[in-house]
Formats: sequence, C-alpha cells, structure tokens
Amino acid sequence: MIPAEFDYTAPDTLDAVFAALADGGEDAKLLAGGHSLLPLMKLRLAFPSLLVDLRRVPGLSGVTRSNGDFRIGAMTPHAVLEHTGELGLVARVAGTIADPQVRHRGTIGGSLAHGDPASDLPAAMLVTEARMTLRSAGGAERTVAADDLFVDYLTTAVGEGEVMTEVAVPALDGWGFGYAKFNRRAEDWAMVAACAVVQAQDGVCRDVRVGLTNMASRPLRAEAVEDALRGQPLEADAIARAAELAAEGTDPPGDLNATPDYKRHLARVMTRRALAEAAGTEPGR
Amino acid sequence: MSGASDSNGQPWVGRRLRRKEDPPLITGRGRYTDDHSLPGMLFAAIVRSPEAHARVVSIDASAAKQRPGVHAVLTGEDLRLESPLPCAWVPPGVEMNVPDHWPLARGEVNHVGDPVAVVVGQDRYAVVDAAEDVFVEYDPLPVVVDPQEALRDGAPLVHEQFGTNRVHRWSLGADDVEQVLERSDVVIERRIVNHRTSGAPIEPRAVLADYRSGELTVTTSTQVPHFVRLFLALMLGMSEERIRVIAPDVGGGFGAKLQMYGEEALCAAVARHLNRPVKWVETRSEHMMVSHHGRDQVATVRMGATRDGRLTGVHIQLVADLGAYLMLLTPLIPTLGAFVMTGCYEWESARVDITGVFTNKVATDAIRGAGRPEATHMLEVTMDQLAAELGLDPLELRRRNFIPKERFPAETALGMVYDSGDYHGTLARLLEHIDPAEVRREAEGLRARGVYRGIGFSTYTEICGLAPSRIAGPAGVGVQAGLWESALVRVHVSGAVTVYSGTSPHGQGLDTSFAQIVADRLGISPQQVEVMHGDTATGPQGLGTYGSRSLSVGGEAIVKATERVIDKARRIVAHRLEAAPEDVELREGRFSIAGSPDRGMTLAEIAGEAYVVDNMPAGFEPGLEATAFYDPENFVFPFGAHAAVVDVDVETGKVDVVRYVAVDDCGPAINPMLIDGQVHGGIAHAIGQALYERIHYDDEGQLVTGTFVDYALPSAAELPSFETDRTETPSTTTSMGVKGVGEAGTIAASPAVVNAVVDALRPLGIEFLNMPLSPQRVWEAVQQAQEGVRA
Amino acid sequence: MSQRVSVRLRVNGVEHELDVEPRLLLVHALRDELGLTGTHVGCDTSNCGACTVHLDGRAVKSCTVLAVQADEAEVTTIEGLGSPEDLHPVQEAFWEHHGLQCGYCTPGMIMAGADLLARNPDPSEQEVRHALEGNLCRCTGYHNIVKAILSAAETGRRGAIHEPAPSAVGRESAEELAEQGLGA
Repeated sequence: MIPAEFDYTAPDTLDAVFAALADGGEDAKLLAGGHSLLPLMKLRLAFPSLLVDLRRVPGLSGVTRSNGDFRIGAMTPHAVLEHTGELGLVARVAGTIADPQVRHRGTIGGSLAHGDPASDLPAAMLVTEARMTLRSAGGAERTVAADDLFVDYLTTAVGEGEVMTEVAVPALDGWGFGYAKFNRRAEDWAMVAACAVVQAQDGVCRDVRVGLTNMASRPLRAEAVEDALRGQPLEADAIARAAELAAEGTDPPGDLNATPDYKRHLARVMTRRALAEAAGTEPGR
Repeated sequence: MSGASDSNGQPWVGRRLRRKEDPPLITGRGRYTDDHSLPGMLFAAIVRSPEAHARVVSIDASAAKQRPGVHAVLTGEDLRLESPLPCAWVPPGVEMNVPDHWPLARGEVNHVGDPVAVVVGQDRYAVVDAAEDVFVEYDPLPVVVDPQEALRDGAPLVHEQFGTNRVHRWSLGADDVEQVLERSDVVIERRIVNHRTSGAPIEPRAVLADYRSGELTVTTSTQVPHFVRLFLALMLGMSEERIRVIAPDVGGGFGAKLQMYGEEALCAAVARHLNRPVKWVETRSEHMMVSHHGRDQVATVRMGATRDGRLTGVHIQLVADLGAYLMLLTPLIPTLGAFVMTGCYEWESARVDITGVFTNKVATDAIRGAGRPEATHMLEVTMDQLAAELGLDPLELRRRNFIPKERFPAETALGMVYDSGDYHGTLARLLEHIDPAEVRREAEGLRARGVYRGIGFSTYTEICGLAPSRIAGPAGVGVQAGLWESALVRVHVSGAVTVYSGTSPHGQGLDTSFAQIVADRLGISPQQVEVMHGDTATGPQGLGTYGSRSLSVGGEAIVKATERVIDKARRIVAHRLEAAPEDVELREGRFSIAGSPDRGMTLAEIAGEAYVVDNMPAGFEPGLEATAFYDPENFVFPFGAHAAVVDVDVETGKVDVVRYVAVDDCGPAINPMLIDGQVHGGIAHAIGQALYERIHYDDEGQLVTGTFVDYALPSAAELPSFETDRTETPSTTTSMGVKGVGEAGTIAASPAVVNAVVDALRPLGIEFLNMPLSPQRVWEAVQQAQEGVRA
Repeated sequence: MSQRVSVRLRVNGVEHELDVEPRLLLVHALRDELGLTGTHVGCDTSNCGACTVHLDGRAVKSCTVLAVQADEAEVTTIEGLGSPEDLHPVQEAFWEHHGLQCGYCTPGMIMAGADLLARNPDPSEQEVRHALEGNLCRCTGYHNIVKAILSAAETGRRGAIHEPAPSAVGRESAEELAEQGLGA
C-alpha cells in the first residue's frame, strides 16, 4: 500500500522546522522514525499534506546523564534505549517494542508524541515520572510531565508548532523494575502490559509505581495498587493482594482478541508479574 | 536398472542434497512476477466493494479518468469476456447451484472485496490514487455470514435466483451407520469447528499480461499455469495455442495459488483492450480479502465403540461454508476430506454427509491439505474424546483399531483402497522419541507454578497423488479434467539433460529431487540435469502442483520418460558395441555390457551417437528424448504419528508449543532434507491455525482480520524447533514407492495441538475445546471450569 | 503534479542520485528505480520483514522508510551482502541447511540474520528466534532458518566469517550501540 501524496522538507535547524510547520498549517506533521506515522499513511488512515523530517536537526539523539536524570534525545531510536542497560525499566521496555527492525528506526519522541495507549513506552514514562521538553518558535520551551502529556487516544499535549526535543527520565537509582507484557506474538502490540518500579528498604516497599498499557484511551498509573503495596512487605502475598486492584479505574477497549473483562484480568496478572520482577520475588518472563 | 553414479558409487536418490534452486534465491537474483517489467507496461489497481452484499447502482469514474497518468477505467461489461470464471467440479448425479462469477461484478457484489472496476495507468502509485476517485453507489442488501444461519428458512439469500443458500449435498458411505451406532456400547457426539483461514504465502499474487499481434503472454504467480491458459482461452475466446502462461519463481502457494483468479483474466482482457502490457500486484490487504480462504467447516461427529474400545461406526455431518461463489474447486474440498474421514482405523460402518452453503464471504477453496486437515482434525480430536469416555489411553484406543499392515491394500469403510500402511510402526517410532509418561511427570512438577503441560497425539493417513483420472475425473468424482502428469526428458548432444515437468513447483525443491531421480537413472550428476517447469510454452501439456502430487505423479512421469530414453540409449549402445539391448546395464556411470564392464558408453557418448548419427543403422531416428504421461492407478496414502507438548499458562490462557515430534511415512525418501522441510512448514501452518490464525468477519460481513496485524501468522519467536523422523513403507501404486509429503504436516498437526491443550487442562475439568485456542478462549474455558468447581 | 525531491543513496557501494516523489517508499526506490528486485514486499503493515535491508548498518523494513529519509545513507540489500560467487556466511548457511523453500521471505530473513550476528556473534536459539520476530515465513516453519543462522554464527566464531562487502555495515556490537546511546 502506498501513502497519498504529500510535500516533504528536512530542515537542518529547529527554527527552520518551526517555520516549515507554520507554513504547512494544520495538516503538516513531524516525521521522526516514521514507524507510527508511515504505517497509518500507507493504509490511508492519515493524510498529512507536509512532512517535516527531523533527521537533519542536530542534537536530538542520544542519552546522557545529568543531575539524577537520563536525558534522552527525542530522536533516539528504541534500539539504543534497549542496549543502554543503565536506563533500567526504559531499556527493558524498549527491548520489547515490535521487532529489531522497528526498534532500529522507531524513536522515543515519535512514539510518545503519537500517544498510542497500546505502545510500550508511554506507561514507562508515567512510572518513571519522566518529563518531556517541548520547544516552539522563538526559543519558547516548556516541560510537560508524562502524566500531562497523554491526553487521550492518539492525542497528546504536544501542540501544533511544538517539537518534543528531549525526554528526562529520573534515574531511580536503587529501584527495582519489572515489565510484563501480554501479546499473542512477540511482534504484536501489547494486549495489556504492566510496568513497575519498586523502592525497597529492609524488605518493605518504601515506594512503588505501576503503569498500565492499553487499559484505557491513554496509559494509566495503577494508583490503587501502589497505595495498597506501599509500606507492605515485598513478598508474594502482599504483591498478589495489591495486584488484584490493578483494574480499578481502567476502561479497556474490547477488540477481536480480548474483551474488556479479559483485559482487566490480564492487567491484574501482568501487574503482579511486573511487581514480582521488580521486587525480585520472581524472574521476569 | 539401478544407478550408481557418483565417484563413491552411491545413488543420488536418498541423499540430503542441497538444492539446485537456491543460489539465485539467496542472493536476491530470483525472478518473481513483480520482478518482471515490460516496455510500455501499465499498472492496474482494482476498485473493490466495501459492502458485503449490495446492488451496484452506478459507477462514476469521471474524476479518476481525469487524473494524470490514467489510461482507462473499465467495468464489468467493458471486458468482453465469453464466459465467467470456472468451477471445475461437476459431480455426476448431484444438483449444484452455480452462480456466475465474473472478474468484475455485473450489477451485484456478494462479498467485501468483490471487484467492480479496474483503473489502468502509468505508474504503480498513480493508479492507487485514481482508484480512490472512482465513486460507486451501492444499494445494500441483507447479509448472511454464518453458514448455519444461512441454511435457516427466511435467511437472507446470497443469490436470490436459487431460492436457497444451499449449494449442494453430497454423501459417501453406508446407509446403516446410525443403526450401527445405536447398537454400540458407547456413542459420543462432538461439534467440531474448523475455522476459516488464509493461505497467506509471503508473496502476494501478481499478474503481468502482454497482448501483442494476437498472442497473449501472462506471467502469473500461480501453481497451475496450464489450467490458467485453458481458462484464459475459454474466457477470452482465444485459441489456446495463442496463449502462453508462465509461472516464474512463485513465492509460495499453499493452495491459495491453485486457482483461476479474476485478476488473471482481467489483466489479460485489459492488455488486449489497450494493446499494452498490464501488471497487477496484489496487496497483502487484498490477499486477505479476495484470495480464496480455506477450511470453514462445522462438523457434527458421532462416533461409536464397544466398551472394550473397538470402533464401530462414525457418522460425520458437515456444513461447509463455501462463501459467495464457487471457484475452481470450492465445493470439492470437503469431499476430498471425506475420502479419509475413516482415518487409520477399521470401522463397521462410516458415512459422511456434506452440505455446501453460500455466505457473503469470499469463496473457500484448497488451502494446504484441502479438506484433509479438516477430516483429520475432526476424527483425531473425537478419537481422544472417545478414549476419555471409555477411560482408555488415547494411544491404546488407536492401537486397538489401526488397520494392521498385513491387510494392505486395504479397502476402508468409505470404499477407498489404501495402498500401504504401517500405523503401528510409525507410532512405535514416535514413542522412541517421546515418552508420554515422562511428559506427564514433568507436568506434575510444573502445575504448582501455574503451568499446565499436556501431550497430544494425532495418527493420520491422508490421500494424495492427485489423481487417478478414472477415479477423480468426470465420470468418477466429477473433476472436469484428467489428472495425470507429463514429462519430457531431453538429453542434449553433450550429454547434459533437461527435464520438462508439467508440474509447477514453487518452493518444494523438486528441481533437486527430480534431478536426483534422473541422474541415478542416466548415470550422470544432478548438476547436469536442468529441470524446467511452469511455462506452457516449454514441454508438454501439464497440470501443475497441488495435492502433494508433484513427486508421486509428476515424478513418476519423469521416470517413465527417462525409461524411454534409456531404452533408446540401450539400443544405441547395443548397436555400437555389438551386443543385445537387454544386456546393456548402467554401471558406475556407464551403460555397459553385462559381464564385460569395460565395454560401455557414457551418456555423453550415447548422445553424441544419437545426434551426430554417424554409423547408425538405416532408419535410425536421431535424437535422444522422450515424452511420457503418467496417470496413476490409485491415489497414494501417506501416514504418520505426531505428538505435541504444550504448556498452558492458565492465568492468561496462553498456549506455547514446547515440543513437537513428527514421524511421517511418505515412502522411500528421494531427498530427506526436503521431506523434513515440508514437514516443518506443514506443522507450523497447522500450529498457526490451532493457536493463532483466524479469518474473522463481523455480522455485517466486514473482514476484521484484513492484514498481518490481525491475522496472526506465527513468527519464529512463537514456535519451537521440531523433531522429525521417518519410516519408509513403499506405495504399491508408484514405481518408486513414493507418496507425497507437502501437506502431511498440516494435515496431522492441528489435532495433536488441540488434544495436547485438552490433556493439559483435564485436571481443571476441561474436556473439550474448539480451535483457535486463542488466549481468551482458553482463559474463558478455565474460568468456566473453575466456576463449575465452585458451584 | 506533486513535489519531487532529489535523493542521494549509496546502495551496495554505488552512488545513486534519484529524483523522487516524497512518498516513494525505499523498497520501491530499490526495486523500481534501481532494479534491485531481491528486496521483496509481502505485507502492508510492516509485519512480514520481506523488505528488510541494512540502512547505515542496521536492519530496517524498507517498506516503512521513505526514500527521502534515506538521503545520504548507506543501503545494503541482499544483492550487496554477498554474490553468488562469494556468499556471505548467512547465505551459505541458508543453502547448506535448507533455510528456504520458495525464497520469497529469504532475502529479508538473511538480512535480519546477518544483522543479528553482526551484533551478537554467539546467539542462543531463543535469541535467534527473537531476532526474527519481525520476519514471517510460511514455508519452513522457521526450523531450518534458525538452524542456518546458528550454524553461520558458529562459522563466524571459528573465524571463517569474512567481512561482508562492500560497506562497513551492521557491525556495531551491543556495547557500541549502548555507547552511542550514552555518549552521543
């Protein structure tokens, strides 16, 4: 299948990107790795009039550490995240995205700005409490917390004329992490996934965060689970009891392969498994 | 005459020879249909119905025609075809409703994707844009999707003119089966659903048609170039010799390319209309929507036995969803399965009743196994159900009822004559590789961790080597063709050999196995044997590749032609060396005189004599080649025993096949490596159906699984490595004793997997499940079982 | 008439300058513009991997890359990985172990396999299977594909692997990738 016609530009500065977006109007779209956008365009489910390619803009790719944060350039491909073990949960999650070829091209910024609740990285952004830098014309810049970034299905807080340039992921040194993803085939999107980070002290859960993928029109934090586990011993029973609350406040869409009920059940199971992996009571699958 | 041809004196047949086919394919030098282009070539894109059932009110192509690069937009009446697409099965004495089926719809569309117009233009991309600018007004008609619903009174009619959605009824077997069942100690009944699937070769279909000066050349990704030529001649009103059909490298078929497709006629008609070459390449989405589907049968299986586990009768009532049209072999597919619905077992009585049904879905037709996977599935799943009912080990039930090997050739309760078999032998071999008791011990240990391990078996026999014309042809089963195969063996002046086969292999490796067969017989290396096929302009008339026939029918034709060449070679040697032809034998690569091994000639020397014609007797006919046609006396019946071990995560319902062991018997191996490869692929195909793949239409007839995102072909990450072994029981039908193996894995594997899952879940009280065993379906069964326990 | 863009590609070591529509997919640029028909199209949704090529040394699906995105990039296709006279070890192993039947998925499988071995010269069977999760085959059940890649890895470890011509593609180890990540 073939995309409909569009115009294309690949500016080499951010200012030129902003100018191109302004010229292109509301049907102009940014292009990063293209692995969210191009499939939709090929199926003619998206028809941008102009693609503004970020590939020539310098400084948008790579991972550095400063002040307790990993600063990840928005154009950093998933494969780099996957192989940067220091990123902990983010590396773990990135390694499960689609397949190696997709991970070579798809970027963190592209994935997050697309706002697909079935994508792997958004929930990881919620639990790491990452912050996204959005820049716009005239040197304007704002920072959006992950929780504010994801608005609705395929809808994020990235405004027209804004470019996500960087993702700051707190390092969470000393936290355990786990990711449990359920899909039919390794290459598929998550039917449901849960990610967890756990801070333990003397076998007790000092703090915990749990994120859910594909359980609503946006990624979610499983706050009931977090509240139930915080202060509890990090043992299988306590984890299981807390995980039972994972479906609270979710609104999963049914599809061909899973009814909402089944997804709620999977959320509980995946949450327990992610927590167990994070707490070290069970190896990750 | 036995060959002993290489430097070690060992025959080529039986060796794991790497394939002659491979060097171009591993270096990107293959030539598939879309890799062919011609000067002046135009591209076609097809406008397809988004409605499952509707009248076409109007088609407005004016905007599309205005687009740059568009040469024409054509609709049904523009094509000037003389006849509709064919259905080649006309069973004698059976009433069948056969609707007209045109390459472009005429007034009515009957499934999503039914083509209504074709856009032809200069560039691959431009025609896709233009197709979106063809505006078709539809008047929707009521839709029927479920085959059993379609048979109810008052159901919407797919084809109004027939007054019913029933296509036909067809039965095989004894009238007394219900009485036999009534007398049986134990009778069970199961409703076995074999859901709809897609063939999904990785190369979608493609067609390139070139019409010039009254000659038509069609390059097409097909398994049956000769059929396509014949039907193009009929549809276009052309004389057959003016048409050449070429199947170049074909990227897999699996039955999906055993068809006369509308797009093949469409491209040919448009090329003729515009006097320009026209290429059409199917998208994957189109493939899922309009390349024929497979399976889609619902069977009620009633099976009886004595208390001590002797099978008595089996009665199968089968509703086959044939979709909206009858394509090449659509209604024949369940019948093909019926022939082996008694499996490997002895029965007092057996009967199969088939009802074909129209629905607003694309037609079903042959997909790898074509009826036989369905037959084996319903039988082998029900065998396990019966074993459970009797409290017998499922293998013990099978053993007590296998047709013993000394009874072959064995006539079955359905009247087939199985050529050869040793069912105890393959099962015994299987159990050398896998110990069910050990698997059960492992299962005990795993259960505490929430992993339920199970083992399942399938002992199958199938029918292939399509087909003896006297049985399968017009007066027999009713296929409107002979089903023989042809070969031409040509020895060149240098002694190199070209073999032309009427089969049309597309990945099976027959270039190599045919070369091995010929090399042994002519005392040369397989490297000196070129095998050509898939082109109606070279070699004799042929019939193509399907039904695991290429070796057992096509290969036999090659043997026959080779023997004719050898006869002549012997006469030449006899003349030159002054001996009697009957004293000439092949020894160490030379045709030599019995008793005087130093007196002999190589094939090259013989060919030299044949073509140079120096010193030959008067009246000698020059040349060294022969053509032969082979029409088998009977089908061949490969068989085997398979075991699957699965782990079920009962919390999520996810099933993983952790071990798969297959012992197959397809007669003596020509190239064991190729047999293993066929079995591997077949198993994966059936595991795909059992666990992952399903074509699903919603109630409005919209296709939900229209891409590889939703239609879940398993990847390497979902499958284990397979363990394979063979026994070799020669067929008594073929001279080489060979049977066929292209479909065996697919025929055997789905019941083994389903039986394994049920075995795994029996501790939870789950006794029966239908495919596909998707996580949700398994999880729901587990939920219900646990609720049952609680209640 | 839509916009045309000039694109410079270095494909299998040869420079090309193409004038393309922005929407032209890399796979069609390779096949239709450059005549490199070894790279195949098997789906519409980036699932099947038949179109896998190496772009600046990494396996990508060329049906989901615009030709314009590959401007100034280095592309290696199956035709450039090894030649019939000088096969890449993965090609050789596919032949030796019957890792192909119809051959249609094969170029993508080989490119994915070569990509894996360039980063992980000693993969386990499970690692090979996961590295192929983006490539579909209908013929082989993957059994012999996996076997071929494991065998090519062994050849490589014995030092018999030769450097694939013509460009320095696909050789970054996992560590190098990670370094690029943390250091860039």
